[in-house]
Amino acid sequence: MMNFSTWDIIHNLLLAARWTVALSLAAFFGGGMMGALILFLRVVPNRIAGLVARFYIEVFQGTPLLMQLFLAFFAPALFGMNVPAWVAAFAALTLWTAAFLAEIWRGCVEAIPKGQWEAASSLALPYIAQLRYIVLPQALRIAVAPTVGFLVQVVKGTALTSIIGFVELSKAGTIITNATFEPFTVYGCVALMYFALCWPISQSSRWLERRLNAAHQAH
Amino acid sequence: MVEALLVIDNLHKRFGNVEVIKGVSLTVGKGEVACIIGPSGSGKSTLIRCVNALVPFEQGSVTVLGIEVNDPKLDKLKLRKHVGMVFQQYNLFPHRTALQNVMMAPIQVLKRNKAEVEAEAYALLKKVRLEGKEHSYPGELSGGQQQRVAIARSLAMKPDLMLFDEVTAALDPETVGEVLITIRQLAEEGMTCVLVTHEMGFAREVANEVYFTDRGVIVEHAPPASFFTNPTDPRTKAFLSQVL
Repeated sequence: MMNFSTWDIIHNLLLAARWTVALSLAAFFGGGMMGALILFLRVVPNRIAGLVARFYIEVFQGTPLLMQLFLAFFAPALFGMNVPAWVAAFAALTLWTAAFLAEIWRGCVEAIPKGQWEAASSLALPYIAQLRYIVLPQALRIAVAPTVGFLVQVVKGTALTSIIGFVELSKAGTIITNATFEPFTVYGCVALMYFALCWPISQSSRWLERRLNAAHQAH
Repeated sequence: MVEALLVIDNLHKRFGNVEVIKGVSLTVGKGEVACIIGPSGSGKSTLIRCVNALVPFEQGSVTVLGIEVNDPKLDKLKLRKHVGMVFQQYNLFPHRTALQNVMMAPIQVLKRNKAEVEAEAYALLKKVRLEGKEHSYPGELSGGQQQRVAIARSLAMKPDLMLFDEVTAALDPETVGEVLITIRQLAEEGMTCVLVTHEMGFAREVANEVYFTDRGVIVEHAPPASFFTNPTDPRTKAFLSQVL
């Protein structure tokens, strides 16, 4: 049997952590774009669009991410399609992220006082212009901190993709443990690496929150 | 008789089961100033919000320059180009400077030339005596200053009718005056105005006609001279004796 030094463990985990970072970023940006679309459907004054968006959000918030990953991975097989683990992982995480970001952002849009809409309306601004020039710029400012904060959830969410065989940080940890029989060392390192990724993000979210709130008060 | 600019005829408005306006009619001629006074909850604000279609109403008719507001096919944007509105809470756009607040609608709605609009915006802010505050954000201005920016912002659309919804109610007593001066100036220039107000002294000085509303109806209306000295309805008398 091959011998693993601690350095080998860390080295291999770091290589796998690149996939955790890549998947997190891809899902976050993909989910962000899709979330913006869902948000739009959610806030336009159209009943059908609103119902579609709500249904989407309810489905993805009301089921475990793990089930969504299983479905993304196994459902295409029913139609004879073989989906690689990374595609299923990216698709499921993106759809999941979109639902949560849309809901976070909806809260931010609704936090804008009704008077802003009324003032914009009474100036004859069309609905889209009200959103674009008045409501969204203000909502964006309050959305930055919780959005960055949610990135932490996405990073941790990627750990679940190990179940469908995508080799990221957690899966690499399992594989190495199976070879070294040192679960404490290996998973300890895995946990530290997740922390090293997530802690700076949550700190910057807090920093942004303070900074943007202060700026808002000065204006 | 001057040409009628705003005609409200038998307006009814209900929120759920509560009828807040029960058949109001009034006419405001071009260049005239109408003041609506009355106790809280009498439907004054709702009434003027019906005029620019901020709230829909069930029954009756409102016409502004011949445009029927209670028309399912109403072009709200066209109506609102003619009607400016100033709110109790100013509702300035906090992420834009005073100047940008004033320039927003002429550029985005009327698609006018930016340099021209900017020159007009400077002139409007000067007119409301806010020279030097053009690049301040609303949060850096006092309540009275914010309200004057809001007036300038409405005027930038060159409206034919201005609606004022208790615009001094949120202000300190000392700053009420600076806003009233601006409105008085507009009235003197011939702007048609409808004001919902609690400033009796001001109503007395600038109004052509004063309307007293209570529980969704106009109880009494008269030119200010007779309204304030010789009210006929007991409800008007009771109200005036409390506030004057």
